[in-house]
Amino acid sequence: MADRGHRLLVVDDNKVNRLLLSRTLEQLGHRVSTAENGVIALARLREEPYDLMLLDMEMPEMDGFTVLEHLSRDLKLRDLPVIVTSSLEGIAHVARCIELGAEDYLYKPVNGVLLKARVGSSLEKKRLRDQQKELISRFATSEVAQDLEQSGFSLGGRHVDASVMFCDIRGFTALAESQPPDETIELLNTYYTLMFDAINGAGGVVNQMIGDGLMAIFGAPLALADHREAAVRAALEMIEMIELFNAERTAGGKVPIRVGVGIASGPLIAGYTGTQARATYTCVGDTVNLAARLEAHTKQVPYDILIDDATLDASHGDVAITTVGQVVFHGKSTSVAVHAVERLTR
Amino acid sequence: MPEPTIDPATFAALGEMAGAEFVTELVDTFLEEAPRMLAEMREASAKRDAESFRRAAHSLKSNSNTFGAMALGEAAKSLELEGLEATSPAALDALDAAYARAAAALRALCDG
Repeated sequence: MADRGHRLLVVDDNKVNRLLLSRTLEQLGHRVSTAENGVIALARLREEPYDLMLLDMEMPEMDGFTVLEHLSRDLKLRDLPVIVTSSLEGIAHVARCIELGAEDYLYKPVNGVLLKARVGSSLEKKRLRDQQKELISRFATSEVAQDLEQSGFSLGGRHVDASVMFCDIRGFTALAESQPPDETIELLNTYYTLMFDAINGAGGVVNQMIGDGLMAIFGAPLALADHREAAVRAALEMIEMIELFNAERTAGGKVPIRVGVGIASGPLIAGYTGTQARATYTCVGDTVNLAARLEAHTKQVPYDILIDDATLDASHGDVAITTVGQVVFHGKSTSVAVHAVERLTR
Repeated sequence: MPEPTIDPATFAALGEMAGAEFVTELVDTFLEEAPRMLAEMREASAKRDAESFRRAAHSLKSNSNTFGAMALGEAAKSLELEGLEATSPAALDALDAAYARAAAALRALCDG
């Protein structure tokens, strides 16, 4: 695929310009549609997806400036790269186009070599942006992905109040060694599907998966007023899902699995880490470490879900709380109160 | 030596970019469209429609420069910038004459 076969829209009221631009772009391997003015251009853009638009400024019905204004207000179209092709006199026009979000500006008559370079670079930038969006949609709900698009993809952190959850399958390594590899992968896929459903359903975001372990955040990147309660609700749902899954496994003559969940709440630093080309959303801080320790501690006690004091504060309703006691975790000087959560049997 | 009606370097670059055969097609399109732009300027001038006048002059300038019709492009550009108010009937006649020369030269280039 690489650089070929992109969908391009050439917008120009002048027939000679339309013919020349579309011919040149077709020779570069792209598929080109044309529009004679801004009104037709917007209609085409809303009909089907395009990768790039070449836009003339001076046009009857609706000029290029107005088209750019429409695009900037349209959530679906605001990321479409636009190269302005114009022979308007004066640098002020160029500045205005760039301010309105145009990616580049080419003076007419358009030079073939420059056209090829600018189109290539715009498409490459779009490819990177699409890749980033794809990456985000893999660990975020659509609401979160949309929020991130609106706020931009800037790397960098901020302080948030949130709940962090860790979860993994107990004794997974031994289990994996005792069965064929494709069965292990299938088990992991089912497990992740069930856990994602429960977490996303409660408003959380899975941001990391390692082997059979996962990390989820409630309350970031989007603020969640009841993030503690949401995390506990997700955990209970997860355990219930695993019980249903185990009933199926046992019926099929397979060993049941057990998962452990740890939740801690409080201040943490959340943001994107990585490079411009490849970034991931993550959280760091004591709250995160504590959640990981709580999850590990489920190996020591007969409970599946362990939470800290801060999470306990908001755990009301249909749950039974058992205080496990004060635990001094590895690497900590003071002890932490640990509580177990179970669903009340009705 | 007088300036050539069609700048050879610009015209050659256009051929390289789009292919000689396609340039002939482009010239044909221009020869169909340009008389319409000139007529639009006359009509806009009669109706005192400054916006249509400017837009037609702008379009004619843009196409002239694409083919390397420098004198025609310059004439159209000055009308675009000066606007309808400052344009005399003589200037429109001069533009028609510049177009006639450019059209003849473009036809000759495509046939030759």
